[in-house]
Amino acid sequence: MNYETVIGLEVHLQLKTKSKAFCGCSTEFGQEPNTQVCPVCLGFPGSLPVFNQTALDYAIKVALALNCKIQEYTKFDRKNYFYPDLPKNYQISQYDLPLSLAGYLDIELEERQKRIGITRVHMEEDAGKLIHQENFSLVDFNRTGIPLLEIVSEPDISSPEEAHEYLTTLKSVIQYLDVSDCDMEKGSLRCDANISLRPVGAKTLGVKTELKNMNSFKGVKDALAYEIQRQAGLLDSKKTLIQETRLWDAKAAQTLPMRTKEGAKDYRYFPEPDLAPFIIKEDKIAEIKKTIPELPKEKIKRFVKDFGLSEYDAKVLVALKETAQFSEECLKEYRDSNKKPVANWIIGPLAALASNNACEITDLKISAASLVELIELVEKKQVISNLTGKIVLEEMLKTGKGAQKIIEEKNLAQISDSGSLNVIIAEIIKENPKSVADYKTGKANALMFLVGQVMRKSSGKANPKAVQDLLKEKLESV
Amino acid sequence: MELSRLTAHELLEKIRNKEITSEQIHSDLNKKIEELDPKVKAYVRTSHTLNPEPSVNLKGIPVSIKDNICTEGYHTECCSKILAGFNPPYNATVINRIIASGNSFLGLKCNMDEFAFGSSTENSCFGPTHNPWNLECVPGGSSGGSAAAVAADEAIWALGTDTGGSIRQPASFCGVVGLKPTYGRVSRFGLIAFASSLDQIGPLTKDVRDAALLMNIISGYDANDSTSVNTPVPDYTKDLINDIKGMRVGIPKEYFVKGLDPEVKAAVEEAISKLKSLGAQFKEVSLPHTEYAVPVYYIIATAEASSNLARFDAVQYGLREDQKSLIDMYKKTRQLGFGDEAKRRILLGTFALSHGYYDAYYLRAQKVRTLIKQDFDNVFKDFDCIITPTSPTPAFKIGEKTDDPLKMYLSDIYTISVNLAGIPAISVPCGFTKKGLPVGLQILSQHFNEGALLRLAYTYEQNTGWHKIKLKL
Amino acid sequence: MSIDKKTVENVAHLARINLDKKELDKISGQLEHILSFIDKLSSLNTDNIAPTSHILPISNVLRKDELRKSLPIAKTLMNAPAKQGNFFVVPKIIE
Repeated sequence: MNYETVIGLEVHLQLKTKSKAFCGCSTEFGQEPNTQVCPVCLGFPGSLPVFNQTALDYAIKVALALNCKIQEYTKFDRKNYFYPDLPKNYQISQYDLPLSLAGYLDIELEERQKRIGITRVHMEEDAGKLIHQENFSLVDFNRTGIPLLEIVSEPDISSPEEAHEYLTTLKSVIQYLDVSDCDMEKGSLRCDANISLRPVGAKTLGVKTELKNMNSFKGVKDALAYEIQRQAGLLDSKKTLIQETRLWDAKAAQTLPMRTKEGAKDYRYFPEPDLAPFIIKEDKIAEIKKTIPELPKEKIKRFVKDFGLSEYDAKVLVALKETAQFSEECLKEYRDSNKKPVANWIIGPLAALASNNACEITDLKISAASLVELIELVEKKQVISNLTGKIVLEEMLKTGKGAQKIIEEKNLAQISDSGSLNVIIAEIIKENPKSVADYKTGKANALMFLVGQVMRKSSGKANPKAVQDLLKEKLESV
Repeated sequence: MELSRLTAHELLEKIRNKEITSEQIHSDLNKKIEELDPKVKAYVRTSHTLNPEPSVNLKGIPVSIKDNICTEGYHTECCSKILAGFNPPYNATVINRIIASGNSFLGLKCNMDEFAFGSSTENSCFGPTHNPWNLECVPGGSSGGSAAAVAADEAIWALGTDTGGSIRQPASFCGVVGLKPTYGRVSRFGLIAFASSLDQIGPLTKDVRDAALLMNIISGYDANDSTSVNTPVPDYTKDLINDIKGMRVGIPKEYFVKGLDPEVKAAVEEAISKLKSLGAQFKEVSLPHTEYAVPVYYIIATAEASSNLARFDAVQYGLREDQKSLIDMYKKTRQLGFGDEAKRRILLGTFALSHGYYDAYYLRAQKVRTLIKQDFDNVFKDFDCIITPTSPTPAFKIGEKTDDPLKMYLSDIYTISVNLAGIPAISVPCGFTKKGLPVGLQILSQHFNEGALLRLAYTYEQNTGWHKIKLKL
Repeated sequence: MSIDKKTVENVAHLARINLDKKELDKISGQLEHILSFIDKLSSLNTDNIAPTSHILPISNVLRKDELRKSLPIAKTLMNAPAKQGNFFVVPKIIE
């Protein structure tokens, strides 16, 4: 049978405040176990929480960027359950009056855009970390109390690819806001998924599975893809699906049922008596709105409109906030109405160089001005070839020198004058009679071969276009 | 002269005049404790000094501290097995305030009902405290240790905590002054929570002046407590004015009904006559939702307690029953660590919050809480204070109510509404029964109007002198 | 509304308290008695009445995002019933 897939994602996002949500302990990652704790985040008897102003501001910022409605009256609740990573055995979270509701995020799919609803964005505290040994577990509370946002999507996602795109777009937006590291490896972004299948056209939802333990966006995609196969298999063979939580095992590339907890969960939510409610007025919202920068979606539109770039190029340049800024500088600096070469150079050679150095483009010590100088030397002035340009770029990174200077020092300038080129061309024609004959009989490949030979002889310095023109001319007269 | 018999303000005067030193007060107090506490059992013996700092401990006037207020270096166990040996790594804000005021706190901690669950101090894992006026009787609770210590001169003054009457009821049973401040007036930081929306720390003292003095020390905004209120703290001793002419006082008819002990009733009515003769204007008022206060309280307080006490799980501190699995460790530790009343309240509170019952119990209780608060708001539009008995009966016998939890709950019937409304109230001695047990008069006032309470209580005290009648042990 | 033993057992599980049979019998009876008294509340009409969670009208209590000293590890672990290195230790988690 044909099924359609219904997916909802629940993203947990650590906010990068200096101190924790309810106390002054540091949120820094990777410190010695239990050294970033105090009576408050350890839930010691008698301790009381006081909420972090910056965490609230960041939360509002994210909710606004996701087009949510900020609720004027919001409060914390206690979510009660026993677990050793939760020192108070309740989590301070939000239940019936969350910070914000009813937002959306637009994602770009091939050929179309899709709007994914955001049910709610609410604030809560993170739990600690358990390290399981064979017969016992070790508890580290450093992470306990770090401010978290829970971003719950509507079940509007229809495929693993859409889920991946949703997460990529979400991450990009959050990074633009500069409120979270969004690093899945460090756990500052975590994602659980709800997935169910139903026959195409069916109105009611199928039995859903909750997927956990995905450690990368690819993991989310793979786990969902696996789960579609598994559920479809069960449905096809008329077996009953049970509503359950399954864990993704990335190594085995499969989902496995989590040991089921006896009885239904009963979190006994009630308003947190230790924390006063928040009343968020319009002026506060307006103030925070002002701090939201131009987001990727708008920036892509503007890059297409102002610089004549393709949607694709614009999207790649904009994905990272820092790269976007760098790209915009380059695009403005480049003195030609056709900006395509700039995009090509950043997405191509520069990105490759960053990748080889295991860093971001903006970590390379190459300024926008010096990159533009190089691009102009290649594309506009044709002083050097594309190939030589890449060599010069590497040299720029190594030495910190400008493109023009490197070309001069290394004598890399392109040979375009027919005098010098004709000498080389004459030699090549003489050395390759067979190819010349092939050309004469109409084999187009032969010309490209001969051009290549000339380029080689000139150590790449010959201007390929000029070579081609002169070569054709010469061959006609042979 | 036995210094331990004096009030804090009398001792301060003597220190100022260089007649005595703090050391003398301490040594007198220690003698008294050694002599009387084997009978009274006001202090918890295991709260021995872990970290003696004599420089801190011998300054000013020592304050005796209830066992649910965190004192760094001194065991703080809420008189519960589950917190056996717990040594807090920090001081409660009130303790820091006491030290900053040039005073000290006693390393020994006062006995109490386990986690403040009770009205008789019988629910302590260390055994009951005895009422100094009659050792067969309870001292009230849950701050029974603090009240008994002050009454027996084993303390100069003390801190208790009040969630449903736990300062005022023992004060009335032991013939001392007990004040529950407005919710938010005194920081709760470092008070091991019973019911977060109701708990307040307050003084138990030998007279009203000492209550005002201790209020001056412990009151004030605390940035570590989100529910503490940032309004200026007046000098409460300025309210000690022996003049109540024109003060408007309400007498709620719902408090003078069946169940009120005739001797208590008589003592309170006599006090009212006395206050009338001193110029206060009395009028009967109505607090129509009074009968719902106990049920509302036992839902809200136990619900909050069930969550607050979830942290006692044997992971970071306290008792641990070693078991192979985590869940068995939780369950066994909590079975053995909590006393019967604690278990009852945790289960009741868990039930009130559980799926399917929340709306019928917790939510409904919160709504009725609104009605109870409105009752008080209405009365305080026209009145400065309300006067009631503190407790429907004088101190009862040890063991008399332990088998009937509901009967025990109903002994808080006059004190509970105050916590639900968050208002301040004071209990002052207003006489004795024929058998020689003290009776307390309760005065209530609007939020942050502790001044009115103190003025009325002070005037009454100065014109009657009940506080000067000392017991002989 | 009354409370039966099965409900009490479930509640005891939620609260992670073991009850032996004697305790369960006794507590069930006591809770039933207390709840029958509490049920007095159901006679009251509470429609359109706002619930009170906080008795004082306080809101927006916030602190600045500033670091404060954490506890030294010795103090953190001072009360620990079981520890290993810097960690607290708990028995195997089997739910």
